[in-house]
Amino acid sequence: MTPTPHSQPIQVMAAPHFKGPDSTPQIMWSVVASLCPVIAASIYFFGPSALLVILASCAGAIVTEWAFVRSGPRTLFDGSGMITGVLLGLTLPPGFPLWMAFVGGAFGIGFGKMIFGGLGQNIFNPALLGRAFLQAAFPVAITTWSASGEAWAGSWWHLRGDNFALPLMSPHVVDTLTGATPLGFMKFEHTATSNLDLLLGSVNGSIGETSGLVILVSGAYLAWKNFLNWRIPASIFLSVAGIASVLHAIDAARYPSPIFMLFSGGLMLGAVFMATDMVTSPVTNRGCWIFGIGIGFLVVSIRIWGGLSEGVMYAILLMNALVPFINRITQPRVFGTSVKVRSL
Amino acid sequence: MSDPATLHDTAHAVPPPPLTQDVSTVKLVFTLVFAGVIAGVLLVFAFHATLPAIEAHKAEVLRAAIGEVLKGPARYETLYVLPEGISATLPSGAREKDFEKVFYGFDAQDTPIGFALVAMGPGFQDQIKLIFGFDPRAGRLLGIKVLESKETPGLGDKIEKDASFRTQFEGIAAPLLGVKKGEKSAENEIEMITGATISSRAVVRNLNQAVTRLQPLLLAYLDAQAKVGTTQEESNPKATASTPNRVVPVDADLRSAAP
Amino acid sequence: MRKSTAQEDLLRGIWRENPVLVQVLGLCPTLAVTNTVENSLVMGIATFAVLLGSSFFVSLFKRFIPNEIRISVYILIIATFVTVAEMCLEALVPEVHKALGAFIALIVVNCIILGRQEAFAAKNTVWRSVLDAIGSGLGFILAMLMMGSLREVIGYGTFLGIPLFGDSYEPWVVMILPPGGFLTLGVILLTLGYVEERRRANRVSAMSAQERA
Repeated sequence: MTPTPHSQPIQVMAAPHFKGPDSTPQIMWSVVASLCPVIAASIYFFGPSALLVILASCAGAIVTEWAFVRSGPRTLFDGSGMITGVLLGLTLPPGFPLWMAFVGGAFGIGFGKMIFGGLGQNIFNPALLGRAFLQAAFPVAITTWSASGEAWAGSWWHLRGDNFALPLMSPHVVDTLTGATPLGFMKFEHTATSNLDLLLGSVNGSIGETSGLVILVSGAYLAWKNFLNWRIPASIFLSVAGIASVLHAIDAARYPSPIFMLFSGGLMLGAVFMATDMVTSPVTNRGCWIFGIGIGFLVVSIRIWGGLSEGVMYAILLMNALVPFINRITQPRVFGTSVKVRSL
Repeated sequence: MSDPATLHDTAHAVPPPPLTQDVSTVKLVFTLVFAGVIAGVLLVFAFHATLPAIEAHKAEVLRAAIGEVLKGPARYETLYVLPEGISATLPSGAREKDFEKVFYGFDAQDTPIGFALVAMGPGFQDQIKLIFGFDPRAGRLLGIKVLESKETPGLGDKIEKDASFRTQFEGIAAPLLGVKKGEKSAENEIEMITGATISSRAVVRNLNQAVTRLQPLLLAYLDAQAKVGTTQEESNPKATASTPNRVVPVDADLRSAAP
Repeated sequence: MRKSTAQEDLLRGIWRENPVLVQVLGLCPTLAVTNTVENSLVMGIATFAVLLGSSFFVSLFKRFIPNEIRISVYILIIATFVTVAEMCLEALVPEVHKALGAFIALIVVNCIILGRQEAFAAKNTVWRSVLDAIGSGLGFILAMLMMGSLREVIGYGTFLGIPLFGDSYEPWVVMILPPGGFLTLGVILLTLGYVEERRRANRVSAMSAQERA
C-alpha cells in the first residue's frame, strides 16, 4: 500500500502553533445556543408550527451534510450544519409545508456549502441560499403569512398553516387565516404598523424575524464573546437608519420611518446572524464597514424601489459575492513598508 | 499564383496555410457572391412555400381569439382606428398594417354583439398583449384573452391559464379595480391572483387604458352608424354591412365550441 | 493519426464526445429553451436539420471554398438553413415557434454547428460528414431531452404536457426559470463526472490488482 499523509511518522504543520481556547465546534454551538432565545420567542408567537418548521429545515441540512461527509473530514457534529438549518427555519413563514423546509435545508447545505468544498469554502451564506432557492421554487408558499393576533387568540396549539402537506403536494391555504407582513402593508397598502408591535414581534412575518429585541440581546452576547464582528451589524443599522432618515425627511408619507425600516422584516435577523457568518464576511475591520454599508444601501433600495417588499436576503447574498474583492482592496499595509501593497 | 485546386487539398490537411499566399480578390468576391445568390434563391423558395401556412395560422389565431372574447359571433367586420376616428374604410394609399384595428362582431340575427379590442402594455417581464370583447354603450367587458405574454411561468402566466381569473372579466363594467383575493366587495372589482399581483394588476391597468382610449371613439362610430342606419335600415337592412372582402364569417364549429 | 471508421464517426457524437455533455458547447439553447420537453425536442430537431444540411453542403463544396473566406461561406450556408428551418417551424408548429422565439434564429451562432464544419466537414468526404453530423445532432437532441424532461417533470409536474403527479402537485417554479437551467445542467454534468471518476478509479484498482497477481 502507498503511504498516506496520515501514516507519516513526522507531522509537519503550518503556523500558528499556539492554540486558542475556541475551536470551530465550540463557536458554532455557542451560536446555536444564542439562537435558542430567538427560537423560544418564535414558538411563543407562532406555536408548535414554528418548532416543526425549524426541525424540518435542520433535518434537511443535517441529512445532506451526512450524505456528503461519509468520506472526508467529519464536519457533521461541528454544529455548522445545525446553524444553517436553524437560521433557514427562522426565515420561513410559520405555515410553511415541512417537506419544503426540508428541501430548503438540503439545498442550502448541498449547493450552498458542500459543492464549494464544505465548511469554510463557501461564497454564499448557505441558509440564505436555501431560502433564495425556496423563494424561486415555491413563491406562493413562501409568501403566505399566517395572520397573527385575533385569528389565533386562545388557540396557541393550532398549526399556523398546512405544515403537514404531503411531500411534493401543494399546501391547502385558507385565505381568511393569512395576512400581509408589515413591509407588505407598507409597500402595497401604504399603512404603517405600530413601533411597539414591531419591537416585541407580535406581527405577521417569518418565524424568527419578528422579535427584534430578542435578536439584539442574543447578538450582543455573541459580540461580547467576540464570535461575531460587531462592526457588521452596526454598519448595517447605521446605513439603513441614515438613508431611511433622509428619505423620511424628504417625504414622510411615501418613505417609512427609520425605526420601521430597522425593525420590520428580516433586517435584525439578517444583520445579526447572517451577514456576520465568519466564512462569508470580510476578514478586515475596514472591509466589514464597507460590507455592512453595502448591505444597508441595498436593503433600502430593494424595499423602496424594487418589486419585492423585502430585500435583506438578496442584499446579503449580493454583498457575499463581493467579499473577495472587499478583502483584496482592504488588505492592511505590510509591516515595514510605507506604500500599501495592492494586488487588484 | 498557385493552382486553387491544389491549394485546397493542402489547405484542409492538418496545418492551414499562411494567409500570405496570394489568392485573387476577384475569386474571393465571386465565391461569396455566388454563395449568396444561391442562398437567396433558396430562401425565396422556402418563403413562398411556407407563407400561406403561416398567414393562414395567424388569421386563424385572430379569428379564434375574436370568437372567444365576443362569445361566438356569426361574423365580424374589421374597422380601422384613424386619426380622425374609427372608420370601415382606409384612406386611399394607406397600408392596412399601419393602423390599429378593432373588430365589430354580430350574432346570427345580425344584431351587434360588441367590439373586440386589442390592449397592449407593460407586464411584469415584457409587454402583455390582450384582446377583449367590449360593449361601448353599456361600458361592459365581454371577455378577455391573452394573445402574447412572457410572464413568469407558473405564476404570472396564470393570467392566461387560470380560468377563474379570466372569467371574472365577463360582463364586468369598466373602469376595473384590482383587489386582493377574497375581498371583492363591489361589482367592478377583480380579484388578483395570489403571488402574481403585479401581472394581474398589469392586466387590469392595460384594459382600463384601452377602454378610456377607445370607448369615446367607438361611441362616436356607433352614433354615426345609427344616423346612417335610421335613413337606410327601412329600405335595406343589410346596407350597413360592409363590402364582402372585409366580412369574415366565423366557422360553425368555432361558434359551437365557444361557451 | 489513426483513421476513424464510419461507425466511429456516427457514434462518437452521440455519447462519448457528446457536444453538450462532454464538449460543453451550444449552451445557449441548452439553458434557454429546455423548460419543456416539447420545446427541447423541437429545438433539437431544428438544430439537427441545420447541422445535417450544413455539413452536407460544406463537405460537398469544400474544394471550391477558398480558405480565406471559408468561415463566411460556412456562416452563409448555416444561416440559410436556419432561416429555412425557422420558416418551416412557423408554418408547421406555430405554437412552439412562438415559445422558442429568438432562439431559433440564434442556431446560427450555435458553436456545435460551426465547430463540426471547421473540425470535420471541411476535411472529410460527404458520406463521413453526414454520418458525423447525424451523430452530433443526435447527441445534441439527447442532451436537450435530458434537460427538458428533468425541468418539465419537476417544474410543471408533467411530461409532454401529461400530468404525472395529479392536480395537487406543487410545481418547483425555479426549474422552469433561467436559474433552473443552470442548476439542471450543473447537476447533470456533476453526475456524469462523478460516474466517470468512479469508473476510472475502479479500472485503475482492477489494473493494479492484476499487476500484483
